[in-house]
Amino acid sequence: MTSIDHAPSGSGGSPEKTKLVKGQTGEWEIVIGMEVHAQVLSKSKLFSGASTEFGAEPNAQVSFVDAGMPGMLPVINAKCVEQAVRTGLGLKAKINLSSIFDRKNYFYPDLPQGYQISQYKNPIVGEGEVFIDLKDGSTVRVGIERLHLEQDAGKSLHDQHPDSSYVDLNRSGIALMEIVTKPDMRCSEEAAAFLKKLRAIVRYLGTCDGNMDEGSMRADVNVSVRRPGGPLGTRCEIKNVNSMRFVAQAVEYEARRQVEIIEGGGSIKQETRLFDSRLNQTRSMRSKEEAHDYRYFPDPDLLPLELDQAWVREIEKSLPELPDAKRARFIVAGLSPYDASVLVAERELADYYEELAKGVDAKAAANWLNNEILGRLNRDSLSITDVPVSAAANNAIIGMIMAGTISGKIAKDLLDIVWTEGGDPRAIVESRGLRQVTDTGAIDAAIEAVIAGNPDKVEEIKAKPKLAAWFVGQVMKQTGGKANPAAVNAALKKRLNLPEQG
Amino acid sequence: MSAAAFTLAEARDALKARKISSRELTEALVKAVEQARPLNAYVTETPEKAFEMAAASDARLAKGEGGALEGLPLAIKDLFCTKGVRTTAGSKILGNFVPPYESTVTQNLWNAGAVMLGKTNMDEFAMGSSNETSAHGPAFNPWRARNSNANLVPGGSSGGSAAAVAADLCLAATGTDTGGSIRQPAAVTGIVGLKPTYGRCSRWGIVAFASSLDQAGPMTKTVRDAAIMLKSMASVDTKDSTSMDVPVPDYEKLLEGGIKGLRVGIPKEYRMDGAPPEIAALWDKGAEWLKAQGAEIVEVSLPHTKYALPTYYIVAPAEASSNLARYDGVRYGHRAKGAHDITELYEKSRAEGFGAEVQRRILIGTYVLSAGYYDAYYARAQKLRTLIARDFTEAYGKCDVLLTPATPGPAFAVGDKSDDPVAMYLNDVFTVTVNLAGLPGIAVPAGLTANGLPLGLQLIGKAFDEATVLRAGLAIEEAAAFRHKPANWWRAA
Repeated sequence: MTSIDHAPSGSGGSPEKTKLVKGQTGEWEIVIGMEVHAQVLSKSKLFSGASTEFGAEPNAQVSFVDAGMPGMLPVINAKCVEQAVRTGLGLKAKINLSSIFDRKNYFYPDLPQGYQISQYKNPIVGEGEVFIDLKDGSTVRVGIERLHLEQDAGKSLHDQHPDSSYVDLNRSGIALMEIVTKPDMRCSEEAAAFLKKLRAIVRYLGTCDGNMDEGSMRADVNVSVRRPGGPLGTRCEIKNVNSMRFVAQAVEYEARRQVEIIEGGGSIKQETRLFDSRLNQTRSMRSKEEAHDYRYFPDPDLLPLELDQAWVREIEKSLPELPDAKRARFIVAGLSPYDASVLVAERELADYYEELAKGVDAKAAANWLNNEILGRLNRDSLSITDVPVSAAANNAIIGMIMAGTISGKIAKDLLDIVWTEGGDPRAIVESRGLRQVTDTGAIDAAIEAVIAGNPDKVEEIKAKPKLAAWFVGQVMKQTGGKANPAAVNAALKKRLNLPEQG
Repeated sequence: MSAAAFTLAEARDALKARKISSRELTEALVKAVEQARPLNAYVTETPEKAFEMAAASDARLAKGEGGALEGLPLAIKDLFCTKGVRTTAGSKILGNFVPPYESTVTQNLWNAGAVMLGKTNMDEFAMGSSNETSAHGPAFNPWRARNSNANLVPGGSSGGSAAAVAADLCLAATGTDTGGSIRQPAAVTGIVGLKPTYGRCSRWGIVAFASSLDQAGPMTKTVRDAAIMLKSMASVDTKDSTSMDVPVPDYEKLLEGGIKGLRVGIPKEYRMDGAPPEIAALWDKGAEWLKAQGAEIVEVSLPHTKYALPTYYIVAPAEASSNLARYDGVRYGHRAKGAHDITELYEKSRAEGFGAEVQRRILIGTYVLSAGYYDAYYARAQKLRTLIARDFTEAYGKCDVLLTPATPGPAFAVGDKSDDPVAMYLNDVFTVTVNLAGLPGIAVPAGLTANGLPLGLQLIGKAFDEATVLRAGLAIEEAAAFRHKPANWWRAA
């Protein structure tokens, strides 16, 4: 928990009407800041060699350091430092070449040392920024105040025994990045969108797996309300909100609660609150008066962390393309801003799309992915990482549509076949004879057959050129759907002497 | 002469020459330890382990192999974690804690072939200057004043180690020094105690008192022995981020060569009002001895000396209050019975487990780090620490080594100062500055008081220049020709 300087820095300007909360005495503006704990993706802990893998037996991944044994000393894990720097660079933030680890002192059974090693006054990463894209197409800048490294605590288990609590120290000492924003968000949508964007960024960077169910990412949300443009209100901190949806719900509830208190003549107490996702409300955890005095001081077991500028530059050079850059590139390639935003939200989805769109029309590829692939994934409750048809196979299907080898209709059938049975789409088109007929001889023969079988319709069309559609349908039927509709159209017009605009 | 009375160097040479076996040495010392139980120098004796290690050493020596300390029996301060051997830090709160790991320093000693006789008494968590805060009861000084049967303190916190070396209950011992805990007990028991430069010896596996000040070092019968032992104790250690990668030279070899041309600084601020005249006289004598051997004596100034004790008694308790938070009764050590909730478990376990002095320092440390007091105490103490260190840097522009008294007086009687913490803290007045600056310092026996009690002189060197400190220490040792031994009054009937 780090205190936030409650001065808005980012969006500024006049508050947008739509984001305001309507109270009984007028409108209120919500001011939101966030502290996100993101677990560093690393094989071992921040200050020990113990494994960080999720799901092990309790206390199976605990070194003597993690257990706070006498005489044990922390040694910084260089990988975790690199991940923090990488994340800082991804947040376009200032990397502090010198930072200091402090001890945050408090007693708790799952905190074996009696203190958490954290960074207080001199964090490894300073100010940065994140841009979030909202549904209405607007973009909001959220300032990053800082990012620091710290140890996670263990876990107290209260449900294992009627009158004892158990402690699991597997998490004890795992590296966390605490990412603190400026109070730049103004509504629940922005708060949820920020968390989503931050998650996307760390996942692109490979610095955090973003698994919110496993606790790899947890948010503390600071909420206050004020009259639009007025002085800032007193904030409450809502602890451990574990999903985007809960962030939005917690903000909505908390803002409403604060407005009601103020409008009822009361005042907001600065306090820490918990979000109860079952009841969809927040409740008081401890007041400011009950807050701990953590007695921070520099950890004498660790030297100041000094980074080499050249090393930081090396990391910078190795950064992958991040969501914003990718989105911009997709838009230039012809996608709508909305499509681009959806595709870059998950790195796996974006990667899948890029392979799928190789050498084919960007927009057509995006439509195919949105309508056909995501639709089927949704139907089968699968995620993009479980997709049964490779991007390359889809790329082949789209290629065949583009080349006129198969029709759009056949393409969808083909996808269904590959989805359930697997196989190479091109081979399936050949083996099952799905190839589109563009051979005019075959089409002409089909047209002659339809004309011969329907002399009445041939008469009728002379007065009603709209009947052409009926003829096209019949010819398609005749060819088993394999005829190229454009070719059929052209040949029919010629044969029946239909007007050009018919 | 009993083999127990050997110096480390003598025993080493005798072993190499096959004049004695490690087994024989160990037998003599184990017997001496048993007979000296009234001194309460050891809190855990490990004769079986000692004989096992001695046998292994004898086997290596027979093949002409062995390390620098092969077969040499040592005592280990109970602050060092020793694998499979109870480690208490002189406290009840660790209960019968048996570490599943070995401290780097002791492992280095065993790797060099040393033999462990047992664990020595100490002030609880190394907090004290008299060994009286030990949960095991005080260790006694082998020395007694002329015509007196009063028990004297052996100094502290490494009091058990000092008593064990002075009474020939080991060839040498390990100590740790946070504010003088090696040098002060060495001085008042007539032995040599060396605190190396901070970062010279790994702190890994040593129960922490004040992490930025703690440093392990040898407590020996002679300066040569200190040189021999330090060489084996010191190492850079990847498990201790504050250990420094500075080559460890052959200190024994570097003892040769004398001190001709050595510039010895005399810090004027160390002349304290009210100090016993014997101390000042011994100090003057020390300067004359060094001058007579070709050293140049220069007066220097360490202007912030008067702030050293208050600075120390802010920094050390602050770190201790945090370092000792892990002793909470949850995972190991003493756990109070009958607690109804976690807060009560903490309060009762810690109230029962920690002694009065440790509790005092935890309270002081908690206070100076508290919101609203941090800047007034801890932050200012850190600034003073920088100034104190700078004093030394400036002094070393004019000299190579400093000569000071080691303590403000000789050993005092048990109980004399235990009710007056400030009087007790004053014992460290000449030694704490060295810890605050992270420098090496040695206490060398230099004479006896009129009452027949040992007094020491201290030499302080530049960072990582233990070699010069040792060479100057040897010069004092040779000039003082201190060959006194305490009368053996403790041998069990």
